[in-house]
Amino acid sequence: MSETYLPAGMPAPVPSADGLDVPYWEGTRRGELWVQQCGSCGNWQWGPEWLCHKCTSFEIKWVQVEGSGVIYSWERPWHPVHPALKGRGAYTVVLVELPQAGNIRMIGNLLGPDDQEVVIGGEVEAVFEAHDDADTPYTLVQWRPKT
Amino acid sequence: MTRNEFVGFGEVVSGASDFVAKCLGRGAPMSARSIRGKVAIAGIGESTYYKHGQSPDAELVLLLQAILRAAEDAGIEPHEIDGFASYSNDRNDPSRIAAALGIPDLRFSNMHWGGGGGGVAAAVANGAAAVAEGYADCVVVFRALAQGQFRRFGQGAPDPTVSGDAAYMSPYGVMSPSQKYAMRATRFMHDYGVHRDVLKAIAMTSYQHAQNNPRAVMHGRPLDAETYDDSRWIVEPVNRLFDCCQENDGAAALILVSAERAKDLKQKPVYLLGAAQGSDHRCGAPVMNASNFRSSSFATVAPRLYQTAGVTAADIDVLQSYENFTTGVMMAVVEHGFCAPEECNEFFTLENLAAPDGKMPLNTSGGNLAECYMHGLGLQLEAVRQLRGQSCNQVEGAKLAMNIAGPMVTPVSSLIMGSEETL
Ligand SMILES: [Zn+2]
Repeated sequence: MSETYLPAGMPAPVPSADGLDVPYWEGTRRGELWVQQCGSCGNWQWGPEWLCHKCTSFEIKWVQVEGSGVIYSWERPWHPVHPALKGRGAYTVVLVELPQAGNIRMIGNLLGPDDQEVVIGGEVEAVFEAHDDADTPYTLVQWRPKT
Repeated sequence: MTRNEFVGFGEVVSGASDFVAKCLGRGAPMSARSIRGKVAIAGIGESTYYKHGQSPDAELVLLLQAILRAAEDAGIEPHEIDGFASYSNDRNDPSRIAAALGIPDLRFSNMHWGGGGGGVAAAVANGAAAVAEGYADCVVVFRALAQGQFRRFGQGAPDPTVSGDAAYMSPYGVMSPSQKYAMRATRFMHDYGVHRDVLKAIAMTSYQHAQNNPRAVMHGRPLDAETYDDSRWIVEPVNRLFDCCQENDGAAALILVSAERAKDLKQKPVYLLGAAQGSDHRCGAPVMNASNFRSSSFATVAPRLYQTAGVTAADIDVLQSYENFTTGVMMAVVEHGFCAPEECNEFFTLENLAAPDGKMPLNTSGGNLAECYMHGLGLQLEAVRQLRGQSCNQVEGAKLAMNIAGPMVTPVSSLIMGSEETL
């Protein structure tokens, strides 16, 4: 298993029982980023919803987008609130906007040194972090500064 | 209002003068359907407040103690209580409480949706609406929390798998309220050039007030600037240890009756002048996709509050603003129009916020940070004390008090109370 940013034992994501976000999680396993766009008015939206919040159409499409974005906000938790994080030390989380998809936002860890400077507005690219040894294997979308 | 205007509301926040004007509600006519002056808070009571895990009594016992003290404070018989309102999925349901108290005719039971303390002012408003419309005559608003006896708010859930919104956050280590709301504050402070001294002033104000309050868990434990600065990060770059609320065991209750009834009871009546609840465009959108993200969720709620109460921010004598985190206080006070976002560094100083002489005395009991984390209900009780003239940090001649409930969640709520001369 390849190295992961946070230790083993973190909560593992599973698709919603109602099937709403299955295309996203299947896409990440292939190293692809899939998000929602309205088939009626073109509105982008995230997280997954059953209908378009702009025109209330149920014609939602899943669309593959480029894995790049801009840091909208960030945080660095020091205090561990989950047993798996005890002893890990501070880690960095970024809220990333995707300009190519209507500035929808996604959360991920910012890969790199734990004390790296984080710049709001900085460009980042997606890294697909596979967790193949999990009971139900999954892949997280992480981010690293664009070089 | 069209959808497009709604989406644009986030931009209003960046235009400080427009924003403040909107919040101040100048010239806005008071609605004929306002609750203003119809209902009074006649009694308040609380249990002893404990650090989490230190209550010798069960959660329900703490609650019953608080309710009985509120009844005694008001000068009513416990059997006269005929309604209950609470929030945040309080574990103690009204039928259980009514059975324990032997209430002969339970007429109103109400739970306000939404997590966190965002619903505390809404619970008061919901109870007041029932009294105003005659569904009940004597409604108790309550909250009981023994975090030592149940799961603590500040810990991640133990589930091995997560789905829905949590699937996009928990695997990255975003689980606790501190971690979920820091993102909003980081962006707000970045955009408006807010210094961390603002947060320090809010924390030190609460601790300073708690030193005069024997009920406060932090009574006798003052906080100085150096201790604040040296405290460990919980979530960098916004939440140090002293920026975060406590976790406590305790209970609080207040009693609502009609304005007419209140005149014949033991205490000086405190009237509800207005209340508002809700949140703006897609505030609850998953994975932090709220349209107006760098916000405490009050952008549309605060103007409605001022409109129903028929007063402005400039009229308020004393302010109680829920501290889940000091950042939430900062953004909520801004969104209620007490200062523009760009003015935070000048407005939020210990001198301005400290009772009795500060420009806008804030959290005069010590609040969630230093009195007790009673999910904001302790702050409602403190507003009542201020308007009765009974506070440990009394603001001379206080007539109008504002209460802002838990910020950054959805829905949020806030209310304004007034003494008789404000009617
Ligand atoms: Zn649409």
